[in-house]
Amino acid sequence: MIEARGLSKRYGGKLAVDGLSFTVLPGRVTGFLGPNGAGKTTTMRMILGIDRPTAGSVTVNGKRFAELYSAMREVGALLDATAVHGGRSAYNHLLCLAQTNGIPRRRVDEVIGIVGLEDVAGKRSKGFSLGMSQRLGIAAALLGDPDVLMFDEPVNGLDPEGIRWIRLLMRSLAAEGRTVFVSSHLMSEMENTADHLIVIGRGKLIADCPMAEFTADGTAQAATVKTPDDQRLAGAVAAAGGQLERGEADEFTVRGLSAEQVGQLALSNGILLHYLAPARVSLEEAFMELTADSVEYQAKTGAQK
Amino acid sequence: MTTAAVTVRARAVPAAARRPGLPGTLRSELTKIVSVRSTYWTLLAQVLASIGWAIANCAGLVSHGVGPGFNPAEASLTGQVALGELIIVVLGALVITSEYSTGMIRTSLAVMPRRGVLYAGKAMVFAAVTFALSLVTSFTSFFIGQAILSSKHYNTTLAQPDVLRAVLLSAAIVTVFGLLAYGAGALIRHSAGAITSILGVIFLIPALAQALPNAWFADLVRWLPGGEALSPIARSAPPLSAHLFSAWGEFAVFSGYAAVLLALGAWAFIRRDA
Repeated sequence: MIEARGLSKRYGGKLAVDGLSFTVLPGRVTGFLGPNGAGKTTTMRMILGIDRPTAGSVTVNGKRFAELYSAMREVGALLDATAVHGGRSAYNHLLCLAQTNGIPRRRVDEVIGIVGLEDVAGKRSKGFSLGMSQRLGIAAALLGDPDVLMFDEPVNGLDPEGIRWIRLLMRSLAAEGRTVFVSSHLMSEMENTADHLIVIGRGKLIADCPMAEFTADGTAQAATVKTPDDQRLAGAVAAAGGQLERGEADEFTVRGLSAEQVGQLALSNGILLHYLAPARVSLEEAFMELTADSVEYQAKTGAQK
Repeated sequence: MTTAAVTVRARAVPAAARRPGLPGTLRSELTKIVSVRSTYWTLLAQVLASIGWAIANCAGLVSHGVGPGFNPAEASLTGQVALGELIIVVLGALVITSEYSTGMIRTSLAVMPRRGVLYAGKAMVFAAVTFALSLVTSFTSFFIGQAILSSKHYNTTLAQPDVLRAVLLSAAIVTVFGLLAYGAGALIRHSAGAITSILGVIFLIPALAQALPNAWFADLVRWLPGGEALSPIARSAPPLSAHLFSAWGEFAVFSGYAAVLLALGAWAFIRRDA
């Protein structure tokens, strides 16, 4: 479990993280979302004690990171896959990390197997593709078989096969009861992975809610229609408090009303519809809308507690 | 606070017998230093420069003859002290600045958040590796140098007074300079910046000091971080100039500078964001 309370970080005059409070619970994948520069990496660095908070605190399993008994057995993190000494072989990189916490060599071989780097373990990591580097970083995070795992943008640079592999890995780690905290600036990456979302923008908390709730918010109030009589429909929709927008081809999007409401409106006004369907505002759109001007939005807290 | 569901899973890693600290860090740092090529290139350069200088210098003395103040131990060891030291400065800075330039420091701190332990462990491993190798080059330079000097019977032996001290201190002073660079590296965090700064201090300050009025320079020279103040270290005879401390005295001065930089580096390493 990771708990942040009023966590803030100031770099010079810029407040990179601004009073963040959240709890990341075990047994599920928590997505940490925000546009680039929102403060995700800074937050993760503070969790790991690499950067010191300007204000507030963050604990892992109830302790500050530096006070953990054996850091690697409690937290495994992949912050920046390229943050390795390129002149060192993958095996020696993992070995030198394992040795700090008294983790046996056989575990080094094990994690190399888990991430599938057996063929290149003896090679210097300088020549690794980004995908291979990501796998090496994940191997390092898994070394201590920790309860808490953090991944900063883990699918960057991975091919579809690699992305699928990471998704399955994160899901299985969470299924084992571990805390899995994974950041991304792309909502689409979270769609099939995260159970819970923490969304930040400009260093502030925007949303902290179950994935389902976030999705529902985005899809509730929209419909796609086709009609030969768009003038009258626009008027009726506007009168009902909605808004009609021209979409692709001959489609229109109704915002602010559900498909059921649009159907009712059309019937009672005698407007012919050729097509009517609930519009799935994509998660990506919901996310963009939510973070477009993050300061305007109040933090909303999810149903867990 | 919610109580998390307690899931019991098989542990792939045995529990820690004791809190991870210095012993594990020493093993880890030894793996780090021996698993990158730059270590070998630097150490090889140190060996070649020290021994090469000993050969060239002693051969020169044999062919041209010796002047006043000649000391056979010094003749074979100045390469180690003057040149080897410069090369080790590069390695001392690199072992820590490379962590910052590659980003490895963030991984290192994420597995060993006890920064004081990490800083000390890294310094100890670097010092041990450097001192071990410097002892080898120091003795090798000495024996090769003496073998060359023996053709004109200029040579000395380890049994003579202060000769062993000169050989050992020549190895130790190289390590001291390495640690000084390590501290500077932790403070500056950029390879080129740290190396340039240290070389600047070692070369420039003694050189600039010579521009001072003679009386001032005479009072200052024994305290300077390089130049003439280094000369007593490798000599088995008293210093050439009365303005210098003895070998041990000058060694203490350099160790003092190294201690100050190590302490500043520790402060930066522990306090500053990585």
